[in-house]
Amino acid sequence: MSVIERTASPEAMLEKDTLAYLGPAEAKKSEGEFVPKIVAFCCNWCSYAGADSAGNARASYPTNIKIIRVPCSGRVNPLFILRAFEKGADGVIICGCHPGDCHYTTGNYYTRRRMALLISMLDYIGVDKGRVEVDWVSASEGARFAEIMNKFADKIRTLGRNVRLEDIRCRN
Amino acid sequence: MQRIGVFVCHCGTNIAATVDVSKVAEAAKHEPGVVYAVDYTFMCSEAGQNLIAQAIKDYGLTAIVVCSCSPRMHEATFRKVAEENGVNPYMVEIANIREQCSWVHKNMDEGTPKAITLMKTAVAKVNLDAPLQEGEAPVTKRALVIGGGIAGIQTALDIADCGYKVDIVEKEQTIGGRMAQLDKTFPTLDCSSCILTPRMTEVAQHPNIRLFTYSEVQEVSGFVGNFDVKILKKSRSVREKDCTGCGVCMTKCPSKKIPNEFNRGLNFRTAINIPFAQAIPNVPVIDKEHCIHFKTGKCGICAKVCPSHAVDYEIQDEVIEEKYGAIVVATGFDQIDLHKFGELGYGVSKDVISSLEYERIMSATGPTGGHIVRPSDGKEPKDIVFIQCVGSRCEPDDRRGKTYCSKICCMYTAKQSIMTCDHIPGAKCHVFYIDVRTPGKMFDEFYRRAVEQYGVDYIKGNVGKVTPLPNGKLRVHGVDLLDQKEVELDTDMVVLAGAIEPNPSIRPLATKLTLSIDNNNFLNEAHAKLHPVEAATAGVFMAGTVQGPKDIPETVAQAGAAAVKAVALLAKDKLKTNPCVAQPDELYCNGCSVCANVCPYGAITYIEKEVRDHGVRETRRLAQVNPSLCKGCGACTVACPSGAMNLKGFTNRQIMAEVDSVCQ
Amino acid sequence: MTPDEMKVRDYILKIYDGDVTKCMHCGKCSASCPAYGEMDIKPHQFPSYVAHGEIAALMDSKTIWECLGCSACVERCPRGVKPGKLIDGVRQAVIRQRGGSHLYPEQIPAMVDPETPQQLLVSVLRRERK
Repeated sequence: MSVIERTASPEAMLEKDTLAYLGPAEAKKSEGEFVPKIVAFCCNWCSYAGADSAGNARASYPTNIKIIRVPCSGRVNPLFILRAFEKGADGVIICGCHPGDCHYTTGNYYTRRRMALLISMLDYIGVDKGRVEVDWVSASEGARFAEIMNKFADKIRTLGRNVRLEDIRCRN
Repeated sequence: MQRIGVFVCHCGTNIAATVDVSKVAEAAKHEPGVVYAVDYTFMCSEAGQNLIAQAIKDYGLTAIVVCSCSPRMHEATFRKVAEENGVNPYMVEIANIREQCSWVHKNMDEGTPKAITLMKTAVAKVNLDAPLQEGEAPVTKRALVIGGGIAGIQTALDIADCGYKVDIVEKEQTIGGRMAQLDKTFPTLDCSSCILTPRMTEVAQHPNIRLFTYSEVQEVSGFVGNFDVKILKKSRSVREKDCTGCGVCMTKCPSKKIPNEFNRGLNFRTAINIPFAQAIPNVPVIDKEHCIHFKTGKCGICAKVCPSHAVDYEIQDEVIEEKYGAIVVATGFDQIDLHKFGELGYGVSKDVISSLEYERIMSATGPTGGHIVRPSDGKEPKDIVFIQCVGSRCEPDDRRGKTYCSKICCMYTAKQSIMTCDHIPGAKCHVFYIDVRTPGKMFDEFYRRAVEQYGVDYIKGNVGKVTPLPNGKLRVHGVDLLDQKEVELDTDMVVLAGAIEPNPSIRPLATKLTLSIDNNNFLNEAHAKLHPVEAATAGVFMAGTVQGPKDIPETVAQAGAAAVKAVALLAKDKLKTNPCVAQPDELYCNGCSVCANVCPYGAITYIEKEVRDHGVRETRRLAQVNPSLCKGCGACTVACPSGAMNLKGFTNRQIMAEVDSVCQ
Repeated sequence: MTPDEMKVRDYILKIYDGDVTKCMHCGKCSASCPAYGEMDIKPHQFPSYVAHGEIAALMDSKTIWECLGCSACVERCPRGVKPGKLIDGVRQAVIRQRGGSHLYPEQIPAMVDPETPQQLLVSVLRRERK
């Protein structure tokens, strides 16, 4: 057991040291090999549980996919996705319950229409529309969750780095 | 500024093997607001919880991040620890570094950086967390049990015995379900209806139980403790309070050629019918599809012969509205359609039957009065072949069968072969099996008894083809995999142990109750190990084969478990409500009604309110959220054009902060 | 398994295009097989022979020449193992090792009688040329 207690002021501790804790996988990124950043929004009831099932089944998917838990896929504001792109994300995937199975009855139907609209607008502003994907994963579909994530990560890798929307002031 | 404590769990080696936990704890100290970071073997253990409690005291923590397993697993545990030590339970965030990190990545080089990112994301969120207060809602002290089979009966009796009111909704005209159709039960050979009917009578006579037979759940709204349910009570065309169940109408009804569903279509019934003598309630239903009166307006014999004038063609369907605190789903199973198995002769020869049809033939209340005879010519069979695993254990892409083992077939096949030998002296039974699976008390002994005492011939191997012969026999062609030789048997009857599947009525019901179901239409539990009878929807429980294949004792045990869970809920006077609800910002709201239109719960209403904006006083139309109706889905937050709506616990700023942190 | 045998096995698995580990040894394939009596290694044994690498035994077996290619086993297998295609794969491997790798259309008229349906010839050519 190791205990770390804070001694210096928060500001002083913030900047440095952080790189020292990054493993080789992250270090590779700084060396130039393209490891895309992918944000996955998962609804609490189906897809987040599906991601847990993937873990229970030890079905692996790339580390560069990070999951954000939302109560329902209908909670995902298109602005969150644009924000992710602004901050340098290369792909965003939204997962919800299968149509008809939404815990809140209709949330995923809104997601479906909203995201169809967003994707068509991405196309309009010149961001590859393949960078945003919507899929449905139920709580028992762990293997399917991993499969979807692997496919999406592969797709984003071939699409390359997202620069169209990135705010270069946000770049590290 | 928050004072945040970060607690990193090893989970034995579950996390520690692929994530360098001390590095995660070390990295945490660089995060804004973090004043304390530690790693420990098992955070959920008592010692781990004490560690958190001590840290709260020593460092004056105002918020907590636990890097451990899924929040679906232990969020409640850590929230409780926080609450007990004076920290608001909603100031706790979980970074899921087990299911979504250590278990899906292979080594420390991959796992550690991701765990650090997840930790940072949780810290970013907790920094913006606000203390939330749970509301309170009253509990309606009445339970609803959907399904009147042995699972539903047992659940209802257990809840009623605890002193709470229970309603049973059964779509058939009588309770009893599948168990009423069975002849004997394994491994004790108890008569199924002899042990079931006393329970059915108990249900009918229990002061706390109301029965809605020939009824269906039409609509469900509300939430845990306060479900509003509409029940469609279909018209029987017979007044229940007047009918004495004498059955004269059945003997006189001229419409006699309707396949009898209770006997799986092996014989015929009349249009006005009681399925079996012990039916509860013992009141017939007029089948409007086949009744001459309803088709042509003529006949009317049953109304004329009824000694108590109970038949009334004018009775209409009725919708009953009732409030419930808890709901137990026990809709049971059905056998799959075997017509797809053409090579086994089902639907080709009358003497190839399903195991459930064979139960009816063996049953004393069945179409043959308990005499085992061939359906084609009524002769007693001397040689019977049983085929197991028909449609069970198939690959996922198989168009005919199910992927799972139906669990009960091995045992009921042994039972049916024993009973056959008992009924027909000198009969020879053959069982084609793939594996004989007999885990259970006295199960293997029972199977050995079939082999050793009754000389049942067990043949390892599947059957390729069943061909009807001109002499009325059936030629069964298979192989004996142990002897490596072909087997060709000319037999009198073939019984197929078809796979079981959840009753098809669960699909629409699951949608009404927003339950999650798996690829085979079985209900998903809230947690496979720790919450085996709770559905993911709070206040809904499950019992019996709706959850997965199981036999009668397991069903009864599960029914008891579901009843206790329901009673534990009903015993509470008040329930704490989810405080993560939507909240409008009065200054941004322009009263456009978009949020109310997307709200699935009707939780949003509008008020006229006087507000001061830039020194101007004016009356505005503003959205208002009813926190006891809002379930926190967040649909309104995205729909709001002016961004006035926010969701507590998942605010726009919090999710943005998470996005920023993930993208760093 | 020798490296040569492994090469042959990979070749067989390529033609077979299935998964032998799916087999649950139920024997439905053997029970459905019209040529079962003539075979030395039975259809249900093929998946485990391949899994255990006993390729030489399969290549020497009578079975691959007795199989009628009726695909009853492929059709009825509850696990989607497709034993018929596996037997096919072994037969192809043997044929190609001997050098007579393909069946050419011009050879066919000498081999079959005029009653043979056209459709059968087309399907056989398609199957055997894989």
